[in-house]
Amino acid sequence: MRPDELAELLRGRFPELLLARGEVTLTVPREELLATLEGLRKEGELGFDFLSDVTATDWPGAAPRFWVAYHLLSLRWMHRLRVKVGLAADDPELPSVTSLFPTANWHEREVFDFFGIAFEGHPDLRRIELPEGWVGHPLRKDHPMGGVNTSYRGAYIPPPDQRGL
Amino acid sequence: MAATSDATRETMIINMGPQHPSTHGVLRLVLELDGEYVVSCRPVLGYLHTGIEKNTEYRTWQQGVTFVTRADYLSSLFNELAYCLAVERLLGIEAPPRAQVIRVMVNELNRIASHLVWIATTSLELGAVSMMLFGFRERENILAIFEMVTGLRMNHAYIRIGGLRMDLPDGAEERIRGFLGLMPGRIGEYENLLTGNPIWRQRNAGVGYLPTEELLALGVTGPVLRAAGLAHDLRKRAPYCGYETYEFDVPTREESDCFARYQVRMEEMRQSLRIVEQCLERLEPGPVMIEDPKLRWPAELSVGPDGIGNSERYVKHIMEESMEALINHFKIVTQGIRVPAGEVYQAVESPRGELGHYVVSNGGNRPYRTHIRGPSFVNLQAIPKMIEGGLIADVIACVASLDPVMGDADR
Repeated sequence: MRPDELAELLRGRFPELLLARGEVTLTVPREELLATLEGLRKEGELGFDFLSDVTATDWPGAAPRFWVAYHLLSLRWMHRLRVKVGLAADDPELPSVTSLFPTANWHEREVFDFFGIAFEGHPDLRRIELPEGWVGHPLRKDHPMGGVNTSYRGAYIPPPDQRGL
Repeated sequence: MAATSDATRETMIINMGPQHPSTHGVLRLVLELDGEYVVSCRPVLGYLHTGIEKNTEYRTWQQGVTFVTRADYLSSLFNELAYCLAVERLLGIEAPPRAQVIRVMVNELNRIASHLVWIATTSLELGAVSMMLFGFRERENILAIFEMVTGLRMNHAYIRIGGLRMDLPDGAEERIRGFLGLMPGRIGEYENLLTGNPIWRQRNAGVGYLPTEELLALGVTGPVLRAAGLAHDLRKRAPYCGYETYEFDVPTREESDCFARYQVRMEEMRQSLRIVEQCLERLEPGPVMIEDPKLRWPAELSVGPDGIGNSERYVKHIMEESMEALINHFKIVTQGIRVPAGEVYQAVESPRGELGHYVVSNGGNRPYRTHIRGPSFVNLQAIPKMIEGGLIADVIACVASLDPVMGDADR
């Protein structure tokens, strides 16, 4: 199905749907996330049975601050859909979709690791790329890059301008 | 009685990696073993995390190419392509036809190079040492072509927003033709060595089986999924760069074991050769970069004796002839280009599966967010399912059959 046809089909149920650059984006509140994904996965004409990717973006100062994006693909029809959930800065938590898509397991761990967003009901929510004991969530915009003390198990690396290189 | 039965059930935990030579880089597997059998497996990642996604947020759009190319270092051109296609879609531009053809051509050569490293390392790990030498020998031919065309053997930064960094140099087409003449026979030699080899068959056939539904639930794509019977190839099913106009087949197998994955990759190399041949036939003179002076990279580059260099003609033009050209050059190089606000997800078929780039712009001169959906990262999730309950020796074959590149998994 072409993106515009897909948008037309979904618009009845999701009036706030966005069609831009050939991609369809849905925004749902986090309470409806699981039910929405389950519905999209099942239906014959939609059949979004493959979860390509889960990731997040951070917009400090904006409300909501975090957007978690789920990229769905229908293997049968080869159309794609992005489902986004907005999260407030002081409450970055949403239900895990691992029960629907087991592949979300590592994606959600990655989002947790880099953004500090918690996934309720995740079977094993630990950091995945950074070592346990790492302080902070580096893909948040307020986490600086460089010029900070890197502390890991007592190790200390001075900022780049003080290393005497 | 109780003590005896406990003793017989005692398991041992061992670390395979991160420095184990057969973990394709720095993958660490925490294995719980009951004798020779694997009870449970827990992959530990992150040893090659280099913060590529964060880094792109601090660089201009054009510099982003040089970062993403380092993610999956065995198939760097695919990263560049996915990133550039994503940014081009945000900008609403399309690379000129000649650039599209060359993009397809270098990508398919890169796919062959990547599969060659796969067959070389996999056979080394399974004991077929001579195949390792052959695989790297032929890959060297491709790297020599890349060095001639892009100036670098790896991490090319050749595909740029709006086209390519530079056109093919003189003699590149003949060199690629020469490779096309050489390679089919060599693939035949590999198959003579391996396909009927009893040890190769014993180590691979029936090992690492996973049914299609489980692969899909775990998000596995690429040759591993095609070896389970599903002809899912984004080049055919969601074409980009004009792949729909090329003639090639998507090889599949039904067995979904390590041997089937080997067969699929071998056949994919042949199909890639077919595509490269069609690219050479289609090459017609023309620009390889868009014309818009507000978006195109201003400098003209050429491969000099040092591998890469500025074109003397262009340097003369901005330094002596045109003040406007100099100002434009300075602005684009130091400040970069502005990309309209928005977000796109662009997926390409890398040698390992669906490589997706999710690129978000807030209208500035730097990416607001770049996320790489690395196929190695997702495919590695299937490791515990493949090896739990199997023999420890099969762990090697299973990991190898997924072809993970840790730069792609950890980014």
